[in-house]
Amino acid sequence: MMLPALIIVPLIAALVACLGGRSRADWPRWVTIGALLVDAVILAALSSPVPTAGLAPGWLAHFDAPWIPQLGIAVRLDMDGLSLLLLWLTLVLTLASVVISWREVKEHVGFFHVCLLATTAGIIGVFLATDLFLFFFFWEIMLVPMYFLVAIWGHERRVHAAIKFFLFTQGSGLLMLLAIFALAFVHRQAAGEFTFDYFRLLNTPMSQGTGMLLMLGFFVAFAVKLPVVPFHSWLPDTHTQAPTAGSVLLAGILLKTGAYGLIRFTIPLFPDAASRFTPVALALGVIGILYGAVLAIGQTDMKRLVAYSSVSHLGFVLLGIFAWNTLALQGAVIQMIAHGISTGALFILVGAVQDRLHTRDLRKLGGLWHGAPRFSGVFLFFAIASLGLPGLGNFVGEFLTLLGTWRVSPPAAILGAVGLVMAAVYALLLVARALLGPANPQAVMGELSGRHRVTMAVMIVAIVALGVYPQPVIDMAAPSLRHLGPVTAAAPLIHMATSQDLPR
Amino acid sequence: MIDGLLALLPLLVLSAGTVVVMTGIAIRRSNFLATLTTGLVLVVALLALLPVANVLPVRVAPLFLVDGYFVFAAALVLFSALAVLLLSYGYIAALKNISADEFYLLLLVATLGAVAMLASDHFVTFFLGLETLSVALLGMIAYSRHRADATEAAMKYLVLAGTSSAFLLFGIALLYADQGTLSFSLVGSSPVQGIGIYRMAASALILTGIGYKLSIVPFHMWAPDVYDGAPAPVGAFIAVVSKLSVFTVLMRYFVAGPGRADHAAWLAIALFAILSMLLGNLLALGQDNLKRLLAYSSIAHLGYLLVAFLAPATFGIEASSYYLAAYAVTTLGAFGIIGLLSDPAAGADMAELEAYRGLFWRRPWLAGILTLMLVSLAGIPPTMGFIAKAYVMTAGVGSELTWPLVALVIGSIIGLFYYLRVVVVMAQPIAAAAQQGSQRAGLPRAGFPRVRTSGAITVGVLAILVVLLGLQPASLIASIRRADPRTPPASMLAALQTPQVVGDKIR
Repeated sequence: MMLPALIIVPLIAALVACLGGRSRADWPRWVTIGALLVDAVILAALSSPVPTAGLAPGWLAHFDAPWIPQLGIAVRLDMDGLSLLLLWLTLVLTLASVVISWREVKEHVGFFHVCLLATTAGIIGVFLATDLFLFFFFWEIMLVPMYFLVAIWGHERRVHAAIKFFLFTQGSGLLMLLAIFALAFVHRQAAGEFTFDYFRLLNTPMSQGTGMLLMLGFFVAFAVKLPVVPFHSWLPDTHTQAPTAGSVLLAGILLKTGAYGLIRFTIPLFPDAASRFTPVALALGVIGILYGAVLAIGQTDMKRLVAYSSVSHLGFVLLGIFAWNTLALQGAVIQMIAHGISTGALFILVGAVQDRLHTRDLRKLGGLWHGAPRFSGVFLFFAIASLGLPGLGNFVGEFLTLLGTWRVSPPAAILGAVGLVMAAVYALLLVARALLGPANPQAVMGELSGRHRVTMAVMIVAIVALGVYPQPVIDMAAPSLRHLGPVTAAAPLIHMATSQDLPR
Repeated sequence: MIDGLLALLPLLVLSAGTVVVMTGIAIRRSNFLATLTTGLVLVVALLALLPVANVLPVRVAPLFLVDGYFVFAAALVLFSALAVLLLSYGYIAALKNISADEFYLLLLVATLGAVAMLASDHFVTFFLGLETLSVALLGMIAYSRHRADATEAAMKYLVLAGTSSAFLLFGIALLYADQGTLSFSLVGSSPVQGIGIYRMAASALILTGIGYKLSIVPFHMWAPDVYDGAPAPVGAFIAVVSKLSVFTVLMRYFVAGPGRADHAAWLAIALFAILSMLLGNLLALGQDNLKRLLAYSSIAHLGYLLVAFLAPATFGIEASSYYLAAYAVTTLGAFGIIGLLSDPAAGADMAELEAYRGLFWRRPWLAGILTLMLVSLAGIPPTMGFIAKAYVMTAGVGSELTWPLVALVIGSIIGLFYYLRVVVVMAQPIAAAAQQGSQRAGLPRAGFPRVRTSGAITVGVLAILVVLLGLQPASLIASIRRADPRTPPASMLAALQTPQVVGDKIR
């Protein structure tokens, strides 16, 4: 019952916040914080593994209940180390979003928090669902509130950005839905039962052509979310136009659902097709790293710059996932978390600038250090974290990814490393243009508020901890990656062999 | 005999009900009394479906086939009629200089025609039901006769109904010439020795007639004008009850009946489905009028429905049934909101998109429900529309309908765009609304008419249904599974083929 509670608590809180939202008090904010804390308590209880009968090794909790038995659809939720990590990230970043939008969001406060909570509930569902139909249900359900967040509380071109976001994700989602159904029918032909159960659909035998087609259906949906380069064009617009809280949620968590989907579904369900797809995926990852970095260098809009840097950072995640070895996968997981924290923090800081100076244009800014040294210090810290300074989380992720990639494809690793250099260029450009130089008399801003400071302090601690001692994270994710790990280049054969050897 | 009468009980109740309502109007004119009696008749007819469910399946004469599919479709039609009744209660009463009570009589007659059609196993029943429905509908469309566009819409519908009936009749005549019988199951049970030219032409003409009624591309031109001109509750009735009952016949004829072997017709239906999904959605993009937008979107939705229809072997029939239910609830809700926001005495319903600017902050509940309905039409969870679209896709994938599925995905993406546009307009800040409003005369400046209680409750119930059946569809699906038009009652066919029962066989 613990797992559904994680999803239901935010939804109930959304109802409560909705009813209390008319009064201009801070009631919805406190309700939201309360719900997130309750979720955190539940998650903490789940974090310490209790050996339970019936759980496969590596899985921490399980729940199932009938939903649409006629079509083999059930409410199946399972949690392993990877889900747990991402759930923690979700809760922390959502909490940060609530806190930092305390002053920024003044209109329709109740509805804002309803959207925030509904998005969170959808994301939590995505990280837990192990029924493919249920997974898609959550995948879609987080879109509508996110759309509202951007379309109502966003900046100048918010409607355009919101619709673009929705069309991209929904369109690719429909392809995934088709692939899910096709997989279910293929499974029915092979095994005679119509089911959407993830664990039963694993190892469904299928022809090479079908496998590739279905794998692409899944891949496109996740690639749009991640985003992988040809499908990325929604991201800069949406990130730029979203309110700060929306940008944090988008960059910090929503993009990770794409990476999670690749790790959890695309590769395990279609190991054969995925291994044949590897060269293309590696190439796409490298292109993403370089292209995102090049575009980030050219930006004058701070939010757009950070958004393009996301494209570059998540190229590493794609690289890590498709490098298919333990090192690279661990790197990808750490990169996901580090990127969530560092980019989330950068968006919060940029949002603070926008909120006070009403501009994000780097040409109009400059010399912020004079007015706000503490703010600027924090800004510098996260910019440096983002460029991958050793000792901070991003470095560990990128380093492990490149190390793992080197074994598979040295050229990809080399080009990826070039991306690191370019990251230094855009991060330092951002710092130089916004913080240094002579103070612009029109752009003098005050220090961060108390709430922002606390949030920033927590995030700084997190990213340093991740950089100095990443072992707990690696340990936690290890069981989830193990079944992906040994599957290297000649994957399918080994995979089949091990699964056949087990019963003996 | 007793079974036969029992099976026809809903029809009998409806027929008797029209007489009762008519008598009531003759004795005392009252909007409330007429609504009450009509409502009671509909509820009793719904209840009458319960004993019917025990005697299934029954053939009554060669004309009617009362089976599980009938019970499901009839329940849906009666439920929709009840919703339309509640939505129009306050609406019709507010019309100036027009007494309200005959409207309910027309509504009841139209429902009777629709229910008769659902049970048809014979072209005579189908045609009589269809005409009963169409003629009554004509009166309903033109009911607010102070509006020029309502009269125009009625004229258009009249011409359309005449044309499609002509096609249909000619097709029926040709089929009779070829087969010598008008019974669906009798033709269907006879072995097929190739489709002759008569049969081919007959199928084409029948399909054309049905296509007009379903307003699928390329027979769709009338839909936007009629939807736009008709009063909002009547628009809901056309969109839901009339299409639903005609679709049921399409199902009986082509999936369970003689059309099964007609491959050319199936190909044509597939083509119509693809065209409807693409063109319906594309044309909806440019609409600035919510009713016209819904009209085009309903064209597209019929296209989605036909995808399920094309896949009877893999969940197609149940998918189409669920889709019908979702479509009915959602469309009723959307039109219901338009009706609630409109002033019936004004020159037109409030359908211009501009008038919806800032609705979220002025009428949060109504705007919220409309958003929910649009989200459901777009096929996004947690609504019935999502499950329905997923169901249709399951069916399509199972039968490997590649091109219809491609059209479905493209159509859905286009669809999102205009559904979201409406939502965006409603979420605009009010300040902008005031500025825009002052520039345009004729929009309700002071506010909206008082919300009518019966309508508000109906719309609320529909909204709850959309979410509830979207989250817990299992029970509905279970009852849909019992409603399969294909279950061929072999014993019944045998009885039908003996000469004394088959009255219309001339050979």
